[in-house]
Amino acid sequence: MAEWQLLLYIAGQTPKSIKALSNIKKYAEEHLTGKYSIEIIDLLKNPQLAEGDQILAVPTLVRKFPEPMRKIIGDLSNEERVLVGLNIKPGN
Amino acid sequence: MRRNVQETSNTHTPNNFIFPKTPTGVEGLDEITEGGFPKGRPTLICGGPGCGKTLLSMQFLIKGITDFDEPGVFMSFEEPTADLSLNVKSLGFDLEQLKADKKLVVDYVRVERSEIEEAGEYDLDGLFIRLGYAIDTINAKRVVLDTLEALFSGLDNQGILRAELRRLFHWLKEKGVTAIITGERGESTLTRQGLEEYVSDCVILLDHRVIEQVSTRRLRIVKYRGSTHGTNEYPFLIDEDGISVLPITSLKLDNEVSSDIVSPGIPGLNDMFNGGGFYRGSSILVSGTAGTAKTTVACYFAHEQCLKKERTVYFAFEESPQQLVRNMRSISIDLEPHIKDGYLQIHSSRPSLNGLELHLLTLRKIIKEFKPTTVIIDPISNLINVGSEQEVRSMLVRLIDMLKVNNITALFTSLNKQTENFRPDLAEESVSSLVDTWITVRDMEGLGERNRGIYIVKSRGMGHSNQVREFIITAKGIELLDIELGPNGILTGAARQSNELQRKMDEMKLERELSRKDREIARKRKVLEANIEALRNEFESAEEELSLLRATEELQEQLAGENNKSIKKD
Repeated sequence: MAEWQLLLYIAGQTPKSIKALSNIKKYAEEHLTGKYSIEIIDLLKNPQLAEGDQILAVPTLVRKFPEPMRKIIGDLSNEERVLVGLNIKPGN
Repeated sequence: MRRNVQETSNTHTPNNFIFPKTPTGVEGLDEITEGGFPKGRPTLICGGPGCGKTLLSMQFLIKGITDFDEPGVFMSFEEPTADLSLNVKSLGFDLEQLKADKKLVVDYVRVERSEIEEAGEYDLDGLFIRLGYAIDTINAKRVVLDTLEALFSGLDNQGILRAELRRLFHWLKEKGVTAIITGERGESTLTRQGLEEYVSDCVILLDHRVIEQVSTRRLRIVKYRGSTHGTNEYPFLIDEDGISVLPITSLKLDNEVSSDIVSPGIPGLNDMFNGGGFYRGSSILVSGTAGTAKTTVACYFAHEQCLKKERTVYFAFEESPQQLVRNMRSISIDLEPHIKDGYLQIHSSRPSLNGLELHLLTLRKIIKEFKPTTVIIDPISNLINVGSEQEVRSMLVRLIDMLKVNNITALFTSLNKQTENFRPDLAEESVSSLVDTWITVRDMEGLGERNRGIYIVKSRGMGHSNQVREFIITAKGIELLDIELGPNGILTGAARQSNELQRKMDEMKLERELSRKDREIARKRKVLEANIEALRNEFESAEEELSLLRATEELQEQLAGENNKSIKKD
């Protein structure tokens, strides 16, 4: 099991979701090299999964582990906020 | 009234297109909306906290399932599912069962700002997918979103949010579900976030007001695109059966009328009406000042109706049922057997217990459940003290119309203020034009005593006596006395008695005089007869004398002739 378990909820291959995926991959490679896993959940295929993690907006990045659970919504283009949100970098 | 007439004519135009509607199943609301919420479109329900938005929406869903077989989705943004189930359980709705039956999906959407970080562009497809999934799994026809505005507190990007909401409502329409969106009331707008901008088909405003310490819930249809609807504020009630709304537009003065006569039950009073009583389904007002036996008249009527096996409801705003039964027993009216037999229900409460509207709703419920043919409200003037003049008037109109529609014979008593003039006060004024028969009981004071009189002020469609009849109440009950006419009109009480005495004396005098005259005539006849006899005797003796003379003369002639013969012989 990876130390960092990330879930990315998307709804189809939209520009936003593609962007989000490439963004998180980039940040993770940079900051969490080798200790992360990213699972992509397409709600169009598995709509029943939306309720469990209280997904409202897409794309939503969920940090399943380490706990507590964190959620970041959007295409993750704002790196600063993503890192603060994932608690990789302390917020100010 | 005029508005009602207008509405009537609108709904009866020949080319009437029927706007597709989804019945709400909420009592009264379907009547106001003329069939329910717009089918396949979103409806906005807004109002302040605690005014019943969630309950109304929940009832819409549940009634949809139980009464119309339309499954529903409840998406809650405020209350977790378990709380929601518990809250509506007290109203007799079992959400868990409905969920198990695959008729209902309750989805709690938690929007917690502290858990969510926004980093870049996003949309609310997650919500759409969730909702879409829920709708598709049970093939839902009805959807409730309670309260969407929670999104605004959870998400920062207002621009995205608004655009997404607009998309959501379009999407709901495309889905063809009849949706309710609830919204918290704002300062100057209907909803805090201006949701009315997006949901423009039907907007319903709920309100909860406290006037003079009496709270009333009200509902108003702010707009309803494509359909006529009641425009007034309608009071509604939340009780153990959920929400019920009190409509007035359903009342169009076209109720069926009956020519049956029901007797007031007071011997003598029946005869004052040419028809022998009241028409069934009419409204009767018994007005009078304090202590003029209004309640007694009302109880007589109740008693009479119960004897005829008519179901009767007696609303007593002054006395408890036990007190009423006891008091009536003192004049030989026993109401207890009727209560036991189930023909009579006595409901006692203080008028100030509820707002006017609630009384009306209570009445409506009782009418629905007990199905009485007779309703007595004693006194209606007590209700009038609860509200303002206007409220009272509108409430009375609705009350009386409601009774008429159900063909219920209704008797109201009304307490007048003790005034010198005959003219009615507010209570009567409000009611008089609405009632069909108006009986007044009044005090007639004079000569140091107080007597009771009863008369009929009006009786629509029936000739009636114009007399003021005196009545007395004894241990045997009410007795209407015969008219006693004096030189200056009808007499009552002691005047009646002295008049009766006088009359008797006069009669005796007359009788004596007559017999005296008779005797005199007899005497005169005797004298006359004696005179006749004397004359006859006189005549007889004269006649006798005459015949004696004639005989003497004949004898002389004979003798003279015999003498002549003897002379010639010589």
